[in-house]
Amino acid sequence: MTNPAYPTIAENERKFNWQFLVNELKPKGKWLTPFNIISLPIMLLGLALIVLRFWKGLGAVTNLTQEIPWGLWIGFDVVTGVAFAGGAYVVTFMVYILNMKKYHSIVRVTVLNGFLAYAFYTGALLIDLGRPWNVVNPIIGNNYGTSSVMFLVAWHFLLYMLAELFEFSPAIAEWLGAKRAHKILSGMTIGAVILGITLSTLHQSGLGALFLMAKDKIYPLWYSEFIPILFVVSSIFAGLSMVIFEGSISNKVFFNQISEKNHKAHNSIIHGLSKICAVTMFAYFFLQFLVFIHDKNWNYMNTPMGYWFLVELIGFVLIPMMMFFYSYRTGNIFMIKLAAILTMIGVILNRLNVSVIGFRWDAPVHYIPSWMEIVVTMAIIFTEIWIFRWVVNRMPVLSESPIWAKENNH
Amino acid sequence: MSINRRIFFKTAGLIGASLTVGKSFGETSPEKNEIEFRGMLYDSTRCVGCQECEKACAIAHNLPEPQDEIKAGVLRKTSETQRCAINLFNTTKGEVYVRKQCMHCNEPACAAACLTEAMHKTIEGPVIWREPKCMGCRYCMVSCPFDVPKFEYNSANPKIQKCDMCYDRILKGEKSACIEACPGEAITFGTRRELIAEARKRIAENPELYFDQIYGENVAGGTGWLYLSPVPFNEIGLNTKLQNSSYPELTKGFLYSVASVDVLLPPLLLGIYAATKNNQPKEDEND
Repeated sequence: MTNPAYPTIAENERKFNWQFLVNELKPKGKWLTPFNIISLPIMLLGLALIVLRFWKGLGAVTNLTQEIPWGLWIGFDVVTGVAFAGGAYVVTFMVYILNMKKYHSIVRVTVLNGFLAYAFYTGALLIDLGRPWNVVNPIIGNNYGTSSVMFLVAWHFLLYMLAELFEFSPAIAEWLGAKRAHKILSGMTIGAVILGITLSTLHQSGLGALFLMAKDKIYPLWYSEFIPILFVVSSIFAGLSMVIFEGSISNKVFFNQISEKNHKAHNSIIHGLSKICAVTMFAYFFLQFLVFIHDKNWNYMNTPMGYWFLVELIGFVLIPMMMFFYSYRTGNIFMIKLAAILTMIGVILNRLNVSVIGFRWDAPVHYIPSWMEIVVTMAIIFTEIWIFRWVVNRMPVLSESPIWAKENNH
Repeated sequence: MSINRRIFFKTAGLIGASLTVGKSFGETSPEKNEIEFRGMLYDSTRCVGCQECEKACAIAHNLPEPQDEIKAGVLRKTSETQRCAINLFNTTKGEVYVRKQCMHCNEPACAAACLTEAMHKTIEGPVIWREPKCMGCRYCMVSCPFDVPKFEYNSANPKIQKCDMCYDRILKGEKSACIEACPGEAITFGTRRELIAEARKRIAENPELYFDQIYGENVAGGTGWLYLSPVPFNEIGLNTKLQNSSYPELTKGFLYSVASVDVLLPPLLLGIYAATKNNQPKEDEND
C-alpha cells in the first residue's frame, strides 16, 4: 500500500521541527522544466506590474474607464475563476453528503484547487481594489453595509475559504505527522462540508446578484433577474469541467504519485462526471431558454450581439452538452475531455459577457484589457499552479494517506 | 443511523454564526420614514450656461477649474476632476442648457451597493462619500444608473469624486456653492416636498414654457435633484429609459433569500447525509 514515490517520512511519527519545513520548502527535482522557463519570467513581470499599479494607481496598468470600472481582473479572475472553483462544493456534496465513494479519490485535489483558487482570487481582488488597506472594514465591524450584495459575497467568500481550509487540513496534518490534530480535524470535515456547500450556493449566486442593479448597463440578452440562479447552476458544470480538465493533466504530470488503483478509477470518475455535467447543462440551457422567452428577447437576436449570444449558448453549452450525453453513452473518454474544454470556454464567455463584454456595450469607449492586465492575470494563475505543485509534491493529495491516518478515521 | 451528536452541534453552531451575520438585513430604523430629504430644483429654462456654478464647485472642492467651453453637440462629462457639467442641447424649442451632477437618489443604488457604508444617504438628503471607509471596489460605479461616481484611476490613494451637495455647508446652514454662484436663480434648495410643489407651481403658471413633468420625481425611486425642462427630457440628454422603482429594489429578493438558504440548506444537507450514511456496507477499499 505504500506509495513508492512518496517515501516513508510521512509514515514515521515525526516531531515538528524547522529543519523539516526548510527542507520541504526547497524545490524537488529538476528546475529547468519548460513550464518553469515559461512561467517564471511572466510571474516576475507580473510582480513588477503589481508594484507599478500600487505606485502609480490603477490607471497606469489597466484600461479601465469611468463607464467600465470592472475589467479583466474582476470579470475573469474573480467572477470566472470562482465559477471554476465550484467543483469543490459539488464533489464534496457527492462524496460526503450523497456518500458516493467512487469519487473519494478526487476530493482532496479538488478541495485544494478550490482553496487555492479562492486564495488567489482574493489576491486578484486586492490588486483591483483602489484602497485595499480598507479591505478589513466590512469584516471588523462598524462599517457593515448589510444591504450590499457584495457584503454578503465577501463574508460568504471568507467563511468558505475557512471551510475549505478545514476540509483540506487533514492532509496538512498528515504531511506534518500530527496525529492528534489529524484526528480532531478529520472530525470536523462533515461540518465544514455542510457549511461549505451552503456558503457556495450563496456566493456563486451572489456573484451574479452583484450585477442585478446594473439593469440598464448590461446588454438585455445577458441581464435578467435570474442571473443569480443561472450563475449557481452553471457553476456546477463549470466546476466539474474544471475537475475533468485538471484531473486529466494531473494524472499525467503527477503520474508517479497516483496509485495504480486510482489511475484506473480515473476514467470511470470522468465518465460519471460527464453525466452530471450533461444533466446540469441541460437544466441550465432550459433555464436560459425560459429566461429568453420570458424577457421577450427575440428582437435582439438579429444583431451582432444576438449572434454572439447564440455562439455562447449553442456552440459552448448545447454542443458540449450533447457531447457529454453522447460520450456518456458510448464511454468515449477523449470526447468527454473535449466537451469539458468547450464547456469551460462557454463559462468564460458567459461570465465575461455579463461582467465585461455586455457591460456598457453602448459606452463611447470600449474596454479592452491592456497587455499588462493580461500579464498580471497570467502571473496569478502561474503562481497558483506553482503553489499547487508544491503542495501536491509534498502532501498526500493525489497520493495515498499514510496508514496511521487511515486508522485514525475509523 | 443516528447523526453523530458532536457533528450536529458543530453544524448547528456554524449555522448560528452565519445567522448572526445574516440577521441584520432589511433593518430599518423607525425614524427614517419621518425624515424629509433636502434636494435641489434645477430649472433649465433659467440656466444660461455661464459656468459660474462649475467654477464655484471646483473652488469649493479643491478641483481644477474647467477650461473648456460649452458647445452644442459636444458632450461634456463629469469626471474625477469635475463634479458637475453643463451641456448645451439643440432642441425642438431652441437651445437649452442642462447641468449634470449626482442625482442624490432617495434610495441610492451606490449606497446599497457599498459594503463599507462609504457611500451614504445622509438624513439631510445629500448622498456623500466617506473616504476612511471606502475600499475602492467601484461597485458603486457599476450600480449607479446615472454613472455618477468617478474614480481617480491615476492615484495611488484614489478617491471617488461626486457631488455631495456641499454637505459640509448644508450642515452649517449655508447654501451650496453652486446656488450661491448662480446669477439666474436656476437652482433652488429646499425639502423635496417644497421643491416639487414649487416646480408644479412654475409649470401651472407658465404651461407654455415648461414640459409638464418633473424629472426626478419618480425616476429611480425619486431623486434629490429635480429637473424642469422646456422640452421632453430625452431631448436634453436625461436618461428616460430608467425604471421608476428604486434600484436597490432589484437586489431585495436575492438578499432576503440568503437568510433562508443559510438556515434551510444545512439541515437538509445534514438529513441527506444521515440518510445515505449507512445505506451501503462500509467500503474500506476506497476510503
